[in-house]
Amino acid sequence: MKEINVNQITEAIASMAADIACIYDPAVFSAIQKASSNERDEKSKTVMDMLLKNAEIAQKERIPLCQDTGLMIVWLHVGQDVHFVGGNINEAVNEGVRKGYTENYLRASSVDDPLYDRKNTKDNTPAILYTDFIEGDHVEIEVMAKGFGSENKSALKMLTPADGEEGVKKFVLETIKNAGPNACPPFVVGVGIGGTFDLCAKLSKEAMLRSIDHSNPDPRYKALEDTLLEEANALKIGPMGFHGATTALKIQIKQAPTHIAGLPVAVNICCHVCRHAKKVIS
Amino acid sequence: MKTIQLPLKEEDIRNLHAGDAVLLNGTIYTARDAAHKKLVEMIENHEPLPFDLHGATIYYVGPTPARSGQVIGSSGPTTSSRMDPYVKTLAECGMKGMIGKGRRSDEVKQAIKDHEMIYFVCAGGVGALLSHCIIKREMVAFEELLAEAVTKLEVKDFPCFVGCDIDGNDIYDLEEEA
Repeated sequence: MKEINVNQITEAIASMAADIACIYDPAVFSAIQKASSNERDEKSKTVMDMLLKNAEIAQKERIPLCQDTGLMIVWLHVGQDVHFVGGNINEAVNEGVRKGYTENYLRASSVDDPLYDRKNTKDNTPAILYTDFIEGDHVEIEVMAKGFGSENKSALKMLTPADGEEGVKKFVLETIKNAGPNACPPFVVGVGIGGTFDLCAKLSKEAMLRSIDHSNPDPRYKALEDTLLEEANALKIGPMGFHGATTALKIQIKQAPTHIAGLPVAVNICCHVCRHAKKVIS
Repeated sequence: MKTIQLPLKEEDIRNLHAGDAVLLNGTIYTARDAAHKKLVEMIENHEPLPFDLHGATIYYVGPTPARSGQVIGSSGPTTSSRMDPYVKTLAECGMKGMIGKGRRSDEVKQAIKDHEMIYFVCAGGVGALLSHCIIKREMVAFEELLAEAVTKLEVKDFPCFVGCDIDGNDIYDLEEEA
């Protein structure tokens, strides 16, 4: 049994929230540099150069890359030999978000009630928290700051087994096409396949926790990621929808077992500011 | 690259075409979802508005808070289509320009023709860069809405493209350039 003080969780979340708001993931940044040098369309090239200049200013002056600093999604993978001390773990997670957002000039983008009151909670809480258990006496924390320009263009469909790979491809490409210029391409696209209605959506988000210089470990799914990327770029939406060469930087698939009658597919669109980070507390 | 002085003049509006790269200079007002809802309710209730819409350009933005010494935080455009249901009412009150990102509805494009307006688009996800083009900021209304408050901004060489023009052209429907 290992005791971990929940304050460590708070501090880790706060510092990751501050960093990912202002600093591109290095793999995403390289992909943008590469896409920029491949761009021939004049307006699209202007936009790609703006993304690079923006990254430089954001990092140097600690101004968020994007004003939509997102809702914070937190995954706690808790070692089964860990005992949390020093307070309530759920509250510690929210305190991390509160501290990260209010102390680092990040935007409070959360409203308390979705339909009626829509009152800003002023500190970007509550976090969306997922937990699971792992072996060992450490805690792995993953965070994602998800903006809603792209979240709003995400979609889920319950396909049937007969729809197969073709059905999956059709739905993923339709969703990317529908996201169009509104969701700030070039995108990173998370695709969940399998599970239930709810798990499938979660898989699509978790797929984007994988660094974009890594693909699905199963060669069949990697091949599907590569084909989808090629076909997404053939849609010619391009940076900011100006029909340039790069519509997506990466397609990431995460799959899970499902029911004999089902083939759920979820497509989570993310803009080029794909913000996530991981820390291990031991 | 054309430099445009705001407020927009009739001849500027007539001479701007979808796809043109422009640098905006002058006064713009910020408003997004919640502020649009409130403004339209005020108009429907014949209440006085917190700023003069005649000739105004509205920027769809909810910036991050400014650090001390900064005018404004990260301040790029939000998705314009969420404001589509409010455009006609604001156009009837004299609004002339809109700045945001993404496609507009056919109804908005019709309002742009009918009321001789311009829709500008700027790149999304470059809020740090765009913050350097905002040189002054004043609170105007709805301060309780935080990032969604209406503020008056002074912009200098704010980079945009013409999104929709009075002839019904749309930047997102233009062919790729060689």
